[in-house]
Amino acid sequence: MTIEAIQNEIIDEFSMFEDWEERYQYMIDLGKDLPLIDDQYKTDDNIIKGCQSKVWVHAEMNDNKVAFTADSDAIITKGIIAILIRVFSNQHPKDIIEANTDFIDKIGLKEHLSPTRANGLVSMIKQLKMYAIAYQTQLN
Amino acid sequence: MFKVDQIRKDFPILSRQVNGKPLVYFDNAATSQTPQQVIDVIVDYYSNYNANIHRGVHALSQEATDVYEQARHKIQAHFNAKHAHEIIFTSGTTHGINLVANGFSSILKKGDEIIVSALEHHSNIVPWQMLCKRTGATLKVIPMNQAGELEMDVFNELLNQNTKLVFVNHISNALGTINSIEYIIEKAHSVGAAVLVDGAQSCPHIKPDVQDLDVDFYVASAHKMCGPTGVGMLYGKEEWLNKLPPYQGGGEMIAEVTFEKTTYAALPHKFEAGTPNICGGIAFGAAIDYMNAIGFDTIATYEHELLEYATEKLSSIDGLKIYGTSKHKTSVISFNLEGIHPYDVGTILDKLGIAVRTGHHCAQPIMDYFKIPGTVRASFAFYNTKVEIDALVEGVIKAKMMLS
Repeated sequence: MTIEAIQNEIIDEFSMFEDWEERYQYMIDLGKDLPLIDDQYKTDDNIIKGCQSKVWVHAEMNDNKVAFTADSDAIITKGIIAILIRVFSNQHPKDIIEANTDFIDKIGLKEHLSPTRANGLVSMIKQLKMYAIAYQTQLN
Repeated sequence: MFKVDQIRKDFPILSRQVNGKPLVYFDNAATSQTPQQVIDVIVDYYSNYNANIHRGVHALSQEATDVYEQARHKIQAHFNAKHAHEIIFTSGTTHGINLVANGFSSILKKGDEIIVSALEHHSNIVPWQMLCKRTGATLKVIPMNQAGELEMDVFNELLNQNTKLVFVNHISNALGTINSIEYIIEKAHSVGAAVLVDGAQSCPHIKPDVQDLDVDFYVASAHKMCGPTGVGMLYGKEEWLNKLPPYQGGGEMIAEVTFEKTTYAALPHKFEAGTPNICGGIAFGAAIDYMNAIGFDTIATYEHELLEYATEKLSSIDGLKIYGTSKHKTSVISFNLEGIHPYDVGTILDKLGIAVRTGHHCAQPIMDYFKIPGTVRASFAFYNTKVEIDALVEGVIKAKMMLS
């Protein structure tokens, strides 16, 4: 599935929620289900700076597609990561680099994009794209 | 008679909504809200007599200078400093601390010692680390116990003839503990060390008397006591301020400049280089007037009532742990829910219109001590109510339900 198609799917899912509580409960549940990062990658090097909660991201490339795994010590942050991984993992690096992230606004999580938000959604997206850029250079 | 409903009407922001809910503002230890009386002073300044001070011969400049200097006198009276020129306007507490730290860099030498407390805010640690690096002095730390109180026995052991400076906050920002600064000052003076007290967290709740305390330096920020951001004050004993070299070069701080030599201006201008935050200083004075009109005894009594009420209510939540349990504390409650990250709790509370602080509160050493990533911190001001505390308690219960 393309990044855009996945984003639309997520927008559809979120449109069924009536209020913030349902949205957040869903994210919390996503966070609980998030497959954890392998312990060997839970290193300080893999911590994303700018997050009040700790966030670890690991990336590797298989068959020209970037696979992400991640973890956080805060559950809502984990839910956000779960959504990001669903969108960006197992995609071609070029598609990750070019993807826009308007869907975050559309699913009512815009407040997490504010620079004051210490969960660092912005830093997370930046980090995922940085990995994609790095892998894209390998492919060139 | 203290009527909180009446007081709340002074604060326009308290009637706004956040996320569709009435705002519950419990982040007062980060910054306090501003009453209309102070907002009016700010508007009046820019509407009627905005001018640069201390240098113009024209009417506006003189008017602005007069009102600005009146504010200095208000601050002097409030803190009971002996002289108005012992009050230096700063951009805030951090600026004041850096000013003193910088001044001591020309006084300290290798082998000298500085003592700080384990309850410090980052801003109170970093300048001293830098100072030690510059001078070869050593930094010593007064540890704290499980209740979040400083261990005075250890302080006494750390203190010796090499101690030149002791830095401690009057009240801890992360835990709310009120430190025994009277004792610390007396002991430090007995070995000839100077004492700087960070009053950022105390000044919103109590009225310190610098002469009575016999403190050498005391710093505060206006924005924590109903004033605007970007302005604060440093009190320094005259003899100390004369001893310290200027912090920044620029206009206003010089008496005479030739290419060979600059003579520094007298106090307080020696430390006030450049155009200051004139409006901020004036509004700081107005904020002090506002708080004194209510009365610090009244404020302390009411806030203590809020603290006791909130402590009791929050403690009844299963799995909630409060950090900082000293008997001597201000209206700050730092807590965590078992197994739940403070950030998650803060996020849910925000959705309910409740503003708290989450994280390490710029006091990472304290968090390391308790081995936690941070806490949720609710800090109350005299304009908060028990009804708001009930909303917080309900919010925490809801967050717990959603997150566990």
